[in-house]
Amino acid sequence: MNTGTPGILRVALAMGLSMGIAHSASAADAPPIRVGAVFSVTGPASFLGAPEAKTAEMFVQKINDAGGINGRKIQLIIKDTGGKPESAISMTKQLIEEEKVLAIIGPSTSGETMAIKNICQEGETILLSCAAAETIVNPVASYVFKTPQKDSDAARWIYKTMKEKGLNKVGVITSNDGFGMAGKAQLEKLAGDFGITVVISEAYDKQETDLTGVLTKLKGRQVQGVINWSIVPAQGLVAKNMKQIGLDVPLFQSHGFGNIKYAQASGEAANGTLFPAGRLLVADTLPDKHPQKKVLMTYKKDYEGKYKEDASTFGGHAYDAMLLLTEAVKKAGSADHKKVRDALETLKDVVGTAGVFKMSAEDHNGLGMDAFELLTIKDGKFATYRK
Amino acid sequence: MDFTQVLQYCLAGITVGSVYAIVAIGFNIIYSATGIINFAQGEFLIVGAMTAVSLHHYMPLPMAVLLAVAITAVLGGLVELVFIRRVRDASVLRLIVITIGVSILLREGMLHVWDEQVRGLPYFTGTSLSTIGLMGARISPQVLWVLGVCTVIVTALTLFFKLTLTGRAMRACADDRMAARLCGIKDSRMVTLSFMLSAAIGALAGCVISPLTQTQYDMGAPLAIKGFTVAILGGLGNSMAAVVAGLLLGLLETLAVSQLPVAYKEVVSIVVLLLVLIFRPSGLFARRETSALRA
Repeated sequence: MNTGTPGILRVALAMGLSMGIAHSASAADAPPIRVGAVFSVTGPASFLGAPEAKTAEMFVQKINDAGGINGRKIQLIIKDTGGKPESAISMTKQLIEEEKVLAIIGPSTSGETMAIKNICQEGETILLSCAAAETIVNPVASYVFKTPQKDSDAARWIYKTMKEKGLNKVGVITSNDGFGMAGKAQLEKLAGDFGITVVISEAYDKQETDLTGVLTKLKGRQVQGVINWSIVPAQGLVAKNMKQIGLDVPLFQSHGFGNIKYAQASGEAANGTLFPAGRLLVADTLPDKHPQKKVLMTYKKDYEGKYKEDASTFGGHAYDAMLLLTEAVKKAGSADHKKVRDALETLKDVVGTAGVFKMSAEDHNGLGMDAFELLTIKDGKFATYRK
Repeated sequence: MDFTQVLQYCLAGITVGSVYAIVAIGFNIIYSATGIINFAQGEFLIVGAMTAVSLHHYMPLPMAVLLAVAITAVLGGLVELVFIRRVRDASVLRLIVITIGVSILLREGMLHVWDEQVRGLPYFTGTSLSTIGLMGARISPQVLWVLGVCTVIVTALTLFFKLTLTGRAMRACADDRMAARLCGIKDSRMVTLSFMLSAAIGALAGCVISPLTQTQYDMGAPLAIKGFTVAILGGLGNSMAAVVAGLLLGLLETLAVSQLPVAYKEVVSIVVLLLVLIFRPSGLFARRETSALRA
């Protein structure tokens, strides 16, 4: 029996087959787009990081179930920093150098974000921060973006409201971490624009479990209002401690207060607290024609259905980061670092949970004053503040 | 500064001080019985408070607190049986390192059971709005609860160690374990008991301070450090002194806050701790003979 011809045939067949397989594989199972997530899922800022990580997972699952973007699935690699900037640095380096991710979403806190801002810029990897400080995008680094509203706008909202209420002498207390210190700087800088005097400004430890001492100091300076700017558990203590020492002046919190658990932890004392926040917390009460209503209600329903806990604005920041990234990948039509970055910068009218984003080369946040709403606490629930 | 303000600072100092004091007492019992500093004491506090918060959904507050104390006591006993008893012949230093390991284990365990959210028990009397006025200054009634519970615990402990057979047996073990064993005291049982007792006291402390400080899974360590400082300050093993030292440190810290930027507050407690360790290593209130006994 002549084995020559069948041998050649076999080889040809095998080659054809293997080529065929290789070809069909690239069509159906294109390599996934790798996205890194650096969140403080545990640690003192866990109430930011945990909902952010959960939201990112939920978002990616939804996209992948629908077939991915441009026919490619997303692979999400979540790292938990525990709130430590040094962990954020090593994890970011690993994501950029070893995992070769297209983009990183997070970190949860301003301190961590500032620690990795340059690493992402030099690694030409897009960073979509979920932290508040304006210094993240001002000065602009071409690869660095952020999704939460600017802290300077939050400070302006607070001062605007104080002005309307006729409060001129205020006391400022902040936590001694990145978020608190950035807020402290903004509050001290902007007070003059509104004709308000900061008579005393103090920073407390981020693990503080009692603030009566520092509040007594504020009381002694006869402040007409108190501004607390922090994202640590101590912010739930401020209202209680003020009542305990009989400091009966209006309390303003930062946009870091947007978690109903803090209001509940403060009990009755929290009623009347004023703070600027995204509209997610009052999504139910928005009119149907509001541009954000649909996005907010969908996110809220999905999140609360899946994780059986209240949605918070912080999870929304991760939602917006993933949304902007996927929109940019769609617009760029590729997952090339530079093309996606260019597309990200030109995104207009993307409706997210924090507001309607209008990105530009100068503004890597894309949100304005109107992205905030002034909220208050009424009977342990968030409500829109009406004069 | 007028008088009312000075008084207000003092009351603020008592508020923090009472929390430090009640945390410190727990350290003393295990130390008295074994010479071990239990670095998992802070975690006992949080386990107790978290359990009470969970139980409070199903039962009234006093029941929830009592049950939480009982559950934490069992946990304390288990910690001793599983981790400490097996290495009984090891040095005190090794046992202390083991308690640090246990504290990490408990903290991670709590993260899985109760997630990362902040919780708190309701105020024992009144609400977060209630205050008691004192010549123009004000204080939360919960602070009085903390001080009251401190007093009850210290009195009960003193009576227990002085009057009951078990209490005296525990003291005997602490003084000389071999001699106690020769007298027919089961020393291993006494060590387990000391862990249960200090876990129970920790849990009670955790519950009573929860309305003031709130409760989160990783809050144990910072509280324990303060409690430990106070225990050293008063003299290890002396619960009565711990209460006085706690209030003293609280007042000192608020005094510092009133004069210096708040950021320096921690410096004060560390400086005080260092000074005491250098000049009076057996504590502010220790008598010479007790420190000799301990050595």
